Amino acid sequence: MTQNNALDPAGPQAAAIGQLWWPTLWLCVFVFVALMAALAWGLWRSRGGSTATPATQSDERGERSARRVVGAAVTLSTLLLTGLLVASVSADRALASLPLADALAIRVTAHQWWWEVTYDDADPQRSFTTANELVIPVGRPVVVTLQADDVIHSFWIPNLHGKKDMIPGRVSRIELRADRAGTYVGRCAEYCGLEHAFMALDVLALPADGFDTWLARERSDAAEPVGDPARRGRELFMTGSCMLCHAIQGTSAAGRRAPDLTHFASRAHIGAGRVANTPQALAAWIEDPQKIKPGANMPAHLLAPADNAALVAYLETLR
Amino acid sequence: MTAGRSTPETPDDAPGAAAELDYAWSDPPTLKGWICTVDHKALGRRFIITALLFLFAGGVLGGLMRHQLAHPENKLLGPDAFNQVFSMHGTTMMFLFAVPVMQGVALYLVPLMVGTRNTAFPRMSSCAYWVYLTGGLTLFAGFACNTGADAGWFAYVPLAGPEYGFGKRPDFWNVLVNFTEAMGLMLAVDLSTTILKMRAPGMSLQRMPLFAWATLVSSIMIIFAMPTVMLGANLVQFDRMAGTHFFNAAEGGDPLLWQHMFWYFGHPEVYFIFVPALGFISAIIPTFARRPMFGHTAIVLSLITTGFLSFGLWVHHMYATNVPELGKSFFTAMSFMIAIPTAVQIFCWIATLWLGRTQLKSPLLFVTGFFVTLVIGGLTGVMLGSVPLDLQAHDTQFVVAHLHYVLIGGALFPLFAAIYYWFPKVYGRLLSETLAKWHFWLLFIGFNLTFFPLHVLGLAGMPRRVYTYTADTGWGTLQFVSWVGAMIDDVGMFVFIVNIAYALWRGRKAPNDPWGAGSLEWAASSPPAPYNFVRLPIVASREPLWSPPVDGPRQVIGLSTRHREGLVTTVLDALPDVRYGYPSPSIWPTAAALGVGFWLIWSIFSNKGMLIGLIPPSIAFIAWYWPDKKESQAELELEKRP
Repeated sequence: MTQNNALDPAGPQAAAIGQLWWPTLWLCVFVFVALMAALAWGLWRSRGGSTATPATQSDERGERSARRVVGAAVTLSTLLLTGLLVASVSADRALASLPLADALAIRVTAHQWWWEVTYDDADPQRSFTTANELVIPVGRPVVVTLQADDVIHSFWIPNLHGKKDMIPGRVSRIELRADRAGTYVGRCAEYCGLEHAFMALDVLALPADGFDTWLARERSDAAEPVGDPARRGRELFMTGSCMLCHAIQGTSAAGRRAPDLTHFASRAHIGAGRVANTPQALAAWIEDPQKIKPGANMPAHLLAPADNAALVAYLETLR
Repeated sequence: MTAGRSTPETPDDAPGAAAELDYAWSDPPTLKGWICTVDHKALGRRFIITALLFLFAGGVLGGLMRHQLAHPENKLLGPDAFNQVFSMHGTTMMFLFAVPVMQGVALYLVPLMVGTRNTAFPRMSSCAYWVYLTGGLTLFAGFACNTGADAGWFAYVPLAGPEYGFGKRPDFWNVLVNFTEAMGLMLAVDLSTTILKMRAPGMSLQRMPLFAWATLVSSIMIIFAMPTVMLGANLVQFDRMAGTHFFNAAEGGDPLLWQHMFWYFGHPEVYFIFVPALGFISAIIPTFARRPMFGHTAIVLSLITTGFLSFGLWVHHMYATNVPELGKSFFTAMSFMIAIPTAVQIFCWIATLWLGRTQLKSPLLFVTGFFVTLVIGGLTGVMLGSVPLDLQAHDTQFVVAHLHYVLIGGALFPLFAAIYYWFPKVYGRLLSETLAKWHFWLLFIGFNLTFFPLHVLGLAGMPRRVYTYTADTGWGTLQFVSWVGAMIDDVGMFVFIVNIAYALWRGRKAPNDPWGAGSLEWAASSPPAPYNFVRLPIVASREPLWSPPVDGPRQVIGLSTRHREGLVTTVLDALPDVRYGYPSPSIWPTAAALGVGFWLIWSIFSNKGMLIGLIPPSIAFIAWYWPDKKESQAELELEKRP
């Protein structure tokens, strides 16, 4: 069950924002009801005017009491806003003071319209890159360094934290922690062109041991295909145009323009959340991504059906 | 000099004077007369009608979006079409509807309200109209040719920059928004000068109507805010056409610079749409509460405060960028602070209704609609001013809901209130109250149904500006509710059109002052004569039509009735200063507007056009300012003997 809701916090950052949200909402409801009641009562009690020229000298008593009420209302509004300001700044402070001991560093680069996710390691052999999925350990803080490759994007996982824009030429970072294991959805929140609607990031918060297993698997090279269609698929991949843009670790494919496919088959979606990752969807995607995600930077590949099937068979081995 | 009620009464020589004035001020009923007119009423009507047509065009685009989003994976619009539709919707509503319509209403009303014959620089207003029409139509012509803006009404670089902006689409947006905004500047200069220097004698700043105050504040805001977006759009255009790197991070530029330039204009823009609407409300409430406004001075001070504070909020559109955190807290404080002057005004209006004896006629009904929707929009605005809450709500459907509550609640409802209120003055016909009530309830219910659910969708993670979504997001139900609301809105707008059409066709004739209002425009005939008043009034109170007669002169005498002559008064006390010869109709402002349009449109396609294209507008401008011998002689004569 995927989760995507700002009011269902799964970590301390979203929780801090949620704690500010509810009192603010109730305060606003109170102000709204009070104002509407004053308006309705005012319209009701003073009904029955006529078009005759009204007297212009004011009734002193009415004016004086109205001045007192309006003065009190303005004072109360100012006090409420000041209280809200204090609450807002405190929540902001809480967001900036997440304990970062033992934090995991991840680099996310946004592209039109997909996410490149890099887990750096002091040992370059152990660094790896994946795409459109962000896997994090439960209970451990994560510092995500954000960059954009082309236009402005925005990194947003509502269950974990608010947004952080990714602006070309600027490096920003966001600190977050998931306290509940689960699958969350991140989405690009800054309008970034044709396929802004389909630029999702599958976020998996895994318990520590599950996360380590995942890390170990991701660090490994792609599995050697067995059997005929898969081997033929790899040959097509390496001799055709696929490897110009895509990389598969452990092979000669090292393209950097498009998602790294080393462990493609283990991902939940194709096309940054566009469709579920099934062999049928993959076959259709390879044939013509423009039918599924019009505008995506991958061109159509008019392969013979057998070749398409072979490619799919190969990619399905990349677990 | 006649004593009596302070309305400009019919003086003894009135029939003769009126006939002479009519001859001096009327436009010939020819096409040339129509094009050349410098009558603020004709131009004001033209602005309002054109802006309402753009409202309908923008509304159709909004409806298309609601259709597209009503179901998940809908195929009505593809991403390319949807992006053009939403960009054109925003651009149309903000640049081609909201700002011009408010200025158009002011252009019509201000000279009547302050008791003068025309605006200070009517030829400039005429030029502004043709700029507006040319710019707006060309923007739509581009859209019709698949060259509509597609980077949003905010046109962020690099998406609108040289590398990622498709074809000529961002060029059309940059050049035409820049061009069209010149209209806003021209009207702002004309209106603020008229308000400061052409008020009727005796209308000191203390006695000036609140609507004139609102127009003055918004005009000055426009003069300070518009140039930044115009300059910014020019810089983007330099990047696109001349290869400069103002916004190119790879060469030392910064895309964030554009956001600062855009929002430094963009946030005040919301307020210079909203402040005139506050002026409508401050004109309407006293009339239907049958008493002068409670807290007049407090409202004036609030308007001015709003104008100042609105320039200190722009970063709250940029909380998610990495600008310094401490600075963001400052902008939170400013965003909260601007709620106070608005609250003061709302309290004063409610107090006026409490103290008065109200008549709930259609304008006041729309004002109550304003109260309900604007207060919701204002409160969600306070939420969005808070950095942590904004980080979640920013760029989601929540903001779509918020901004429509603010702009429809804060500008469209007051605009309809103003239309129902002043229509009898403008066309001399009464609108149907029954149809007005239908219009109100359909619009009010439809609007809330359309936009309230979007708050929830935003918190449920739905970003803005998405052309579709998958079914498993669960957003479909509320989007469908929103679509139903939009359809109800459409019916409401149809009722409005029927009401207007019927009133123009055979509506009841309106008397000069159908509502028993107190401000000067109701002293003019309905519709007003081309010269507004036979004798310019002298004002002794805030509500000249409600005040009992006082001793002393009530009307200005000694101005020529055979020429377009008026009176310039002093800024603070409105003491008579000098006589003023108004400009006569001329074809050159129109020619200049079309010439500049021609030059800029050519410049989109060719660098050569940038230079050679300057020739036609230069000729038009020189001709415009060429001294006319006959006119100079007439003015000399008048100086000797009025």
